[in-house]
Amino acid sequence: MSTFVSGRTGEWEIVIGMEVHAQVVSNSKLFSGSSAIFGASPNNHVSLVDAAMPGMLPVINAQCVKQAVLTGLGLNAKINKFSVFDRKNYFYADLPQGYQISQFKHPIVGEGEVQIELSDGSTHKVGIERLHLEQDAGKSLHDQHPSKSYIDLNRSGVALMEIVSKPEMHSADQAAAYIKKLRSILRYLGTCDGNMEEGSLRADVNVSVRRPGEALGTRTETKNLNSVKFIMQTIEFEVQRQIELIEDGGEVMQETRLFDTSTGMTRTMRGKEDAHDYRYFPDPDLLPLTFDDAFIDELKIGMPELPDEIKFRMVNEYGLSSYDANVLTEERETAAFYELASDGRDRKITANWMSVELFGALNKAGIELAQSPVSPNQLGGLIDLISDGSISGKIAKEVFSEMFETGKDAKLIVDEKGLKQVSDESAIVTMIDDVLATNPDKVNEYRGGKEKLFGFFVGQVMKASKGQANPGMVNKLLKQKLDL
Amino acid sequence: MSELLKMTATQARKSLLKREISSVELLNAYQTAMEKTEALNNYVTPTLEVAKEMAIKADKTYAKGNAGLLAGLPIGVKDLFCTKDIETTACSAILKGFFPPYESTVTSNVWKSGGVMLGKLNCDEFAMGSSNETSIFGPAINPWSKIDGSDLSSGGSSGGSASSVAAGAALMSLGTDTGGSIRQPAAFCGVVGLKPTYGRCSRWGIVAFASSLDQAGPFTRTVEDSALIFSAMAGHDQKDSTSASLETPNFSEAVNSGIEGLRIGIPAEYYVDGMDTDILNLWKKGRAWLEQAGAKVVDISLPHTKYALPCYYIIAPAEASSNLARYDGVKYGKRIEKESLDAMYEATRADGFGEEVQRRILIGTYALSAGYYDAYYLKAQQVRRLIKEDFDKAFNDVDVILTPTTPTAAFPIGAEIVDPITMYLNDVFTVPANLAGLPGISVPAGLSEQGLPLGLQLLAPSFREDRIFSAASAIEKQAEFSLAPVRAAGDLQ
Repeated sequence: MSTFVSGRTGEWEIVIGMEVHAQVVSNSKLFSGSSAIFGASPNNHVSLVDAAMPGMLPVINAQCVKQAVLTGLGLNAKINKFSVFDRKNYFYADLPQGYQISQFKHPIVGEGEVQIELSDGSTHKVGIERLHLEQDAGKSLHDQHPSKSYIDLNRSGVALMEIVSKPEMHSADQAAAYIKKLRSILRYLGTCDGNMEEGSLRADVNVSVRRPGEALGTRTETKNLNSVKFIMQTIEFEVQRQIELIEDGGEVMQETRLFDTSTGMTRTMRGKEDAHDYRYFPDPDLLPLTFDDAFIDELKIGMPELPDEIKFRMVNEYGLSSYDANVLTEERETAAFYELASDGRDRKITANWMSVELFGALNKAGIELAQSPVSPNQLGGLIDLISDGSISGKIAKEVFSEMFETGKDAKLIVDEKGLKQVSDESAIVTMIDDVLATNPDKVNEYRGGKEKLFGFFVGQVMKASKGQANPGMVNKLLKQKLDL
Repeated sequence: MSELLKMTATQARKSLLKREISSVELLNAYQTAMEKTEALNNYVTPTLEVAKEMAIKADKTYAKGNAGLLAGLPIGVKDLFCTKDIETTACSAILKGFFPPYESTVTSNVWKSGGVMLGKLNCDEFAMGSSNETSIFGPAINPWSKIDGSDLSSGGSSGGSASSVAAGAALMSLGTDTGGSIRQPAAFCGVVGLKPTYGRCSRWGIVAFASSLDQAGPFTRTVEDSALIFSAMAGHDQKDSTSASLETPNFSEAVNSGIEGLRIGIPAEYYVDGMDTDILNLWKKGRAWLEQAGAKVVDISLPHTKYALPCYYIIAPAEASSNLARYDGVKYGKRIEKESLDAMYEATRADGFGEEVQRRILIGTYALSAGYYDAYYLKAQQVRRLIKEDFDKAFNDVDVILTPTTPTAAFPIGAEIVDPITMYLNDVFTVPANLAGLPGISVPAGLSEQGLPLGLQLLAPSFREDRIFSAASAIEKQAEFSLAPVRAAGDLQ
């Protein structure tokens, strides 16, 4: 799926790989019993283990292991029944142990893949290299005191999954599609809440450029990007920078860079020569992590349907467009809402109502689907009234607005306001006769060939019925009367 | 008072149960003994007030008839065990003033059984040393002296633990053994020192030196006492992932259970250059004693023994270099304020760690570095596996292995500290058991020509401490070793 960009001296191919850090959904931390919940006041979720007190030992949290395996399954990846925790040694004030417990040589999850879909409707596969479990560090606060830094250890020891892609993306759009899809899978699985603003999902982006067909160029790694927009900006900036650098006779240095959100540019954080020697070695406080097939099978059974499967069903069984299916499966909650609302009803009409009216109203009100005043069953009730001819589409929109405002059922609103569609032929004929009788000149003009006036008569009849006349019947009966 | 000091733990427990003596009386005797032997520099933090409360409580349990296994027995603790609200320093400047808000699992088990805590005992800094001379408190001194009266090393790293028991200043004590730190000082001081199987005693709350090798164990005057206190210390602990999930048997039953038909292995590779003739002779004696008691002695081979020491001095420092990274001046212990974080680290760690600790951190850091890892750490792990396989094979043919504990008797203070390599050679017979995770014991078995105690070491397969206690009690019976150091608090026999 390579696309090329043009430089001054010719074509360039972009190569992108991503390391995503996803915070595991778990009540407690990876190796201690303290709470892993976000938002507590500083240093309130810190156990003796998290603070690296002398003699404290890590004990693996089984829930985090399950979540990692579940994620591996969701990425169609190889699950390693034997994995090893290693120590990654470096000094920093918010790293109390002086090492991070991670997995180096033997990760819990091996190769897998993610299918991404681009705006042109094409789908592509991005390979996953590995997924491993590791501890998060604490947080350094440099802005609390003029000369001191403060340390918050609430995050210290919280479980992260590092998901490493293969260098198989070739544009900012592809990278964006990848992170969105990954986020969606994690949220469906319930293994990461995907909240990028709070930092529960963040990415390190590796970018290099090369002449088409040539060996990989030197890459730079830009750390800790916490929005899709920043990821795209980083890639665009880095690609431009690297191409210009090479075309001007320079050389890309292998280095770690930082993204400046205020300028949209990246800058050097540290070069290769300053790279840490992490002195990885197996953590002697922990035994290798092992489990059997039964453990994996049990998780497989409990696995939810993932967006790709649901989308396939929506397109092939429900006849939805690929676009609608995408919109409806992006979030697990949306798909679940839709399934409930459309169950036993016209799938396409429900899809339209959700993506146009409901999402429009939610957007306008600035609220999430979870807070929707209209429940899936209520939306379904409205669709029922449309389908059985009780109300027209136009009235339905009115009813929907009221539902959204009051949270009342569609049927109740229709009954209270007397909005039920008039499908009684004799009643409609009476109204038509009235309209024709009060507009004899227009009738003559119409019959004389000014057929455009048909719309006028329909409008008048609908007006007379206060919009409740069945428009199909009005059309049919009016035509009969006028074309006598 | 002297009568009280003469009692073994098992005897004292009997007398306490019969209410012939009280825990408080026993404590008072030991308090006096501690004062008398102060010059030995065994206690770095005496805890007599705590001890008094514990003794009073123990007496109440005897009165009620629900006394624990160790109720009222005065016990000293190596300053490597974290003890709640009691200063715990690992005998290092970097932890001076550290009062843990928690109690290690092993000490917790001992106090739950009614043990009375006399205080924290001297050791080498972070348990790194074989003479107790790297302690910031200065060396613990051996109660046995040279013929000319000059001071001898207590051995190390658990020097204070060995010396206090030998001097009658503690009835029993707790130590840790990473490469011989219980067995070597036990041999030097003439007491029984047990290093249990790796995983038998929880490491939770013990200041870590080398996590894959560290193991807590007791110092006692008799094998019977060793089984008694060990039964209270051991047990599965969910807080230590390497702790074995096994029931703790009643080890006391193994003591004096007889060794008829027990197969004893004598490894050819333990005849090393520079070994004292006294020790060689004692080893032969040990063999004869066991044969007389009905055991079958077999010559065996542990071919990779010569690699054990170099292998140990890669793995232990490598793990230590990482374990000691947490002492960085940020959270607790010593901090030397500087302008930048890196400068603070450098100043704090340069000042807080002694020379030997720094040496091992540097060796370990080097061994784990990119480009050296395969040649050092990885190779050492491979050798470690071969050493373990040697033992596995040997234990197909024998039940217990008999070796000397140390190549020499206690040496004078200052004699070996000058040359790290000479110092490291002290561990040549003890290190293999740590690398293989096996249980080992040192039993005092005789005296050198200079009148200094010598120990014999017994090794068994993992979790077969029972065999060790059987064989060790057989040696103890025949050796008739007399614990009579010149600087003891009183007559101990």
